[in-house]
Amino acid sequence: MSEAFRTRDGGRIDRTRPRSFRFDGVGYQGLAGDTLASALLANGVHLVGRSFKYHRPRGVVAAGSDEPNALVGVWRDEASYAPNLRATQVELYEGLRAESQNRSPSLRFDRGAMAGLLAPFLPAGFYYKTFLWPRRAWARFWEPRIRAMAGLGRAPTLPDRDRYAQTYAHCDVLVVGGGPAGIAAALAAAAGHARVILCDEQAELGGSLLAETEATIDGMAAQAWLAEALARLAREPRVRVLPRTTGFGYFAHNFVGLAERLTDHLAEPDPQAPRERLWQVRAREVVLATGALERPLVFPENDRPGIMLADAARTYLRRYGVKPGSRAVVATAHDGAYRAALDLHRAGVAVAAVADLRPDPEGPLVEAARAAGIAIRPATAIAGTKGRLRVRSARLVRIGAEGEAGGGASAGETVGCDLLLMSGGFTPSVHLFSQSRGQLAFDPVSAAFLPARPAERCRSAGACRGTFGLAAALIEGYAAGEAASAAAGRGGAPGLGFAVTGAIDTRGGTLGATPHGRDAARVKAFVDFQNDVTAKDVKLAVREGFRSIEHIKRYTTTGMATDQGKSSNMNALAIAAVALGRPLPEVGLTTFRMPYTPVSFGAFAGFARGELFDPLRRTPIDPWAEAAGAVFEEVGQWRRARYFPREGEDMHQAVGREVRAVRQGVGIFDGSTLGKIEVVGPDAAEFLNRMYVNAWSKLAPGRCRYGVMLREDGFVMDDGVVGRMAPDRFHVTTTTGGAARVLATMEDYLQTEWADLDVWLTSTSEQWAVIALQGPRAREVLAPLVAGADIGREAFPHMSVRACRVAGVEARLFRVSFSGELGFEVNVPADYGRAVWEAILRAGRGFGITPYGTETMHVLRAEKGYIIVGQETDGTATPDDVGLSGLIGRTKKDFVGARSLRRAAMAAPDRKQLVGLLTEDPREVLQEGAQIVANPQTPAPVPMLGHVTSAYHSPTLERSIALAMVRGGRARIGEVLFVPMPGRVVKVSLCDPVFFDREGVRLDG
Amino acid sequence: MGESVEREGALDLLATATRLAASGPEARLVLRVRPAGVAAASSAFGVDLPTMPCRAERAGACAALWLGPDEWLLLAPAADEGCVAAALEDGLAGHPHSLVTASHRQTAVVVDGARAAALLAIGCPLDLDLAAFPVGMCTRTLFAKAPIVLWRQGVARFRIEVWRSFAPYLWQVLDGGLREGLAE
Amino acid sequence: MLLIPCPWCGLRPEIEFSYGGEANIARPADPAALTDEEWGAFLYLRTNPKGRHAERWRHANGCGRFFNAVRDTVSDFFETTTKPGELPPSGGKS
Repeated sequence: MSEAFRTRDGGRIDRTRPRSFRFDGVGYQGLAGDTLASALLANGVHLVGRSFKYHRPRGVVAAGSDEPNALVGVWRDEASYAPNLRATQVELYEGLRAESQNRSPSLRFDRGAMAGLLAPFLPAGFYYKTFLWPRRAWARFWEPRIRAMAGLGRAPTLPDRDRYAQTYAHCDVLVVGGGPAGIAAALAAAAGHARVILCDEQAELGGSLLAETEATIDGMAAQAWLAEALARLAREPRVRVLPRTTGFGYFAHNFVGLAERLTDHLAEPDPQAPRERLWQVRAREVVLATGALERPLVFPENDRPGIMLADAARTYLRRYGVKPGSRAVVATAHDGAYRAALDLHRAGVAVAAVADLRPDPEGPLVEAARAAGIAIRPATAIAGTKGRLRVRSARLVRIGAEGEAGGGASAGETVGCDLLLMSGGFTPSVHLFSQSRGQLAFDPVSAAFLPARPAERCRSAGACRGTFGLAAALIEGYAAGEAASAAAGRGGAPGLGFAVTGAIDTRGGTLGATPHGRDAARVKAFVDFQNDVTAKDVKLAVREGFRSIEHIKRYTTTGMATDQGKSSNMNALAIAAVALGRPLPEVGLTTFRMPYTPVSFGAFAGFARGELFDPLRRTPIDPWAEAAGAVFEEVGQWRRARYFPREGEDMHQAVGREVRAVRQGVGIFDGSTLGKIEVVGPDAAEFLNRMYVNAWSKLAPGRCRYGVMLREDGFVMDDGVVGRMAPDRFHVTTTTGGAARVLATMEDYLQTEWADLDVWLTSTSEQWAVIALQGPRAREVLAPLVAGADIGREAFPHMSVRACRVAGVEARLFRVSFSGELGFEVNVPADYGRAVWEAILRAGRGFGITPYGTETMHVLRAEKGYIIVGQETDGTATPDDVGLSGLIGRTKKDFVGARSLRRAAMAAPDRKQLVGLLTEDPREVLQEGAQIVANPQTPAPVPMLGHVTSAYHSPTLERSIALAMVRGGRARIGEVLFVPMPGRVVKVSLCDPVFFDREGVRLDG
Repeated sequence: MGESVEREGALDLLATATRLAASGPEARLVLRVRPAGVAAASSAFGVDLPTMPCRAERAGACAALWLGPDEWLLLAPAADEGCVAAALEDGLAGHPHSLVTASHRQTAVVVDGARAAALLAIGCPLDLDLAAFPVGMCTRTLFAKAPIVLWRQGVARFRIEVWRSFAPYLWQVLDGGLREGLAE
Repeated sequence: MLLIPCPWCGLRPEIEFSYGGEANIARPADPAALTDEEWGAFLYLRTNPKGRHAERWRHANGCGRFFNAVRDTVSDFFETTTKPGELPPSGGKS
């Protein structure tokens, strides 16, 4: 197809660089500099989508990010598919492929359009009421069908393989919006030597200047001035200009989110280059120069393809060299539409009539239109339109003195047209200002909400502040940039005047539905195009009792589509205000929320995906485990070896072998993830006395002890072995997951309660690699490697610690056990971890030394009834509940949690207590988390006595074992209880939680 | 005994890129002491412990980084770990303090080049403009999801101290930034 | 993301900090002397005001220090931040 609607000259497109593209499978040609929307319009294509609810044919309405209808899917391949892009912002490149959405099977024939016939059954809030009967039909029948019918684009089915970048940025002055006001602000701030970021959502900066062909600034044509201003900014090293960058969110303390689109406009992007970049900008001062958006008029059938905003039509003509039609009717309440009418007229588009809602339009543009012979109809409204896939005619009716239109479905004059322009005036874009919690105030003169009291350090300038007119916007923008620069501590620049000629200020506007003289209950006058909300829907919501604009918004869904009500908010508000019989400012606006326009998930995710989603922390021994074929599990951010299967083994077999090796010979385990804190200072023991339930003063250097730490509410927070290296130095260990939390809690008490204590805490978790050697042969393996300490049975008893050398490396050697066997834990500086591990393995070869993982570690400790904090405990267990009350230092007056333990409830006999469980069937391994009841036959609700906390097959006992927390459990030992599972009940008997070596003789092997 | 074991750094497995370099072994000590002991510590260590927040001092091959009002990270050649620690313990005998060896706890990555600050900005929320983060400034902060100590050693040279298990993550994120064109 | 003035390090981004709850709630010197009600009040009762709130923050990924702040819970702006032990309004745990 040829570009039948392209003008012969003018515009900012490059006529020497044609671009082929496909839309819904049909090939077209456009030009470099086009958007998909302008290129389609150049080809005479207006029909670009079907509406959300009624599947009505829709066309391009706007020329920018406020476009509600022309949402398209664009893709290079499935993995890059991007739905719901506004065709008005999609830059054309060679080979671009795009498709319309929400139509089936095709745009021109859509079976979903039947929904239009069902419209009487789809009123506001229909999903709350129409489909509720029969109750169950909603989920099974209606919802899936409505979801299929109503909708926007589809999500891509393949993972996105593009890169998305993120960066933090800081500046003195952030200017959002690169129209005349924003550029002037950036010039001023740059002159004051401020660090400036200027961003604009469009491919080119300039805003309204890009379509300005008559005005001059400082003696230059507006567009020449623009080019020079941008060149000047580009030369400033402290100014960063970001085109294609949307300021989408304004957060606390001048933290502003910008989404920059980097490659979507390129025909052949570098695959390494990021597709988008998320800027997290912290600005000392913000200048908002976000402009204003033209409002549609709310008249019956105002949504046919070919009906568009007047200023958008002018943009297509001036900026893109596209005639959006051949015969236009212009409906307006604002002078700006006359400029569009004049431009179209001069470009050879017949302007059949200008229907002005105002009784006596006047001013230079009106005069110019009249002089050009354009028929002007004052006090005239649009009572309806015709045309299925494109507007064919509009019916113009006179408005009487009472403001009502002449009645009847056939009153007035029908004017043929293929283009109907509308302008209800301009709504200042106060989105970001409002997001920042700045207060808006209704300005009765411009009938707009304007920025009133800012909450952040920000200024608004230009049209977003209600300042229309080129000269005024430039002056105001410059002043705002200057003030912002000064407020940021940079220089203020000498004020600049701007000599502007040829710009004509415009005024006017209307809010809400326009009169049409038809039965209001039967016409569709759209307020929110994207969500298919009509004036009637808003009125219905009020009739049904909604009073708050926030409720009306949610009930009707007006303003809730992806355009966030850019074009609809004010009209919806005005209609609601009339229906409510209250003044508009009193009804108030709904809250603006981020994002200003949709932001891709990729931009938010940035590099935080795949293996960089979260740091994966590996121990120094991890590479060895990986080479040895370990199966890993993730514990918080850590990766830990779970078991080491040999050829043909499953987990059950591998764990069985590993457990038997520890019980009968010797096993080696990587415990490096254990949290470690070095507690040093003269008051170290006193500090630990206060932090732990245990007493530490009498612990001799060279000895260690199992410690339990409570929260102030008396419940177990963490546990671990604490070794005394010297009178003033303790080596404290914590659980893997609790390391950071324990250190933070200790710091809290130390800094804010006991700052007088001379003691300091240093995390050493990663300083030491920890190699546990467990089993009856452990000493034999280790002894030849140890220098500087006697690790004999008497010299180095259970719960001892020595500084010595192991395999020639400085080490802290603990004699501790989490398996119930003779055990050692070798701490060596982390860089030596793997080498020492391998040295021990070599030394243990003759003893059948067996590496084991966390699964085996868990089974070993469960056989011994050792708890794991977070598994047996859940934040509501006292030391006594888990059988550890013996650790509490009896002579201590106070420690964290002590007072809470004295509450009567903490000693109640029916508290959940740690017990062992044995199933009747030794092969049955219970489910962790399963509930325990006394009698499964009890009618519901069955009282729950407790729950299973750990359950394993025990290779040592050759049967299943479990630990559980059961009400009054210790007194019930010997009783039979039940674990109800889906479809069956498991019988269990309660026993002591220590299943193996109750006397602990093996520890002393 | 008689075992000869090899030391292995946290980033040994990663290749060295143009503008990222993994530093070799170094002695690191965390010193905690009240103001009364600062002078004694300075003379024992041979570097004036900075008392101005977020500043580092260097003398010869040693450096002292202010991390908190009573906390310094001391850096010295790896071979000097023992003697530096002994000298400090000696010099601080009269002052309650804590000296903990952390040489293996963390490792260092040096980011060097004209766009070093821009590269760091992909993960570091601080303003790295020379005026806001001058040469000689150091601080604990975050780089994406990794806690780090960032020290500006030159206009275009930063040293990052990072706990060893976070080092590969830090490296990969920085390397990804280089591939985005921040290497220049 | 808030900007929080650390009394040592200056204005720093919120992600470097951890929140420490209401300030000026000192742990009783002799918890054993308290009734259950008094101890419960110490553990759980907080003022939760709308407006000025004295609270604790820790510059966890910075200097590591706890400090006191007065923040307006409506606007989220900080009025003051002070080192522990400095004068009211911070006072607090010290």
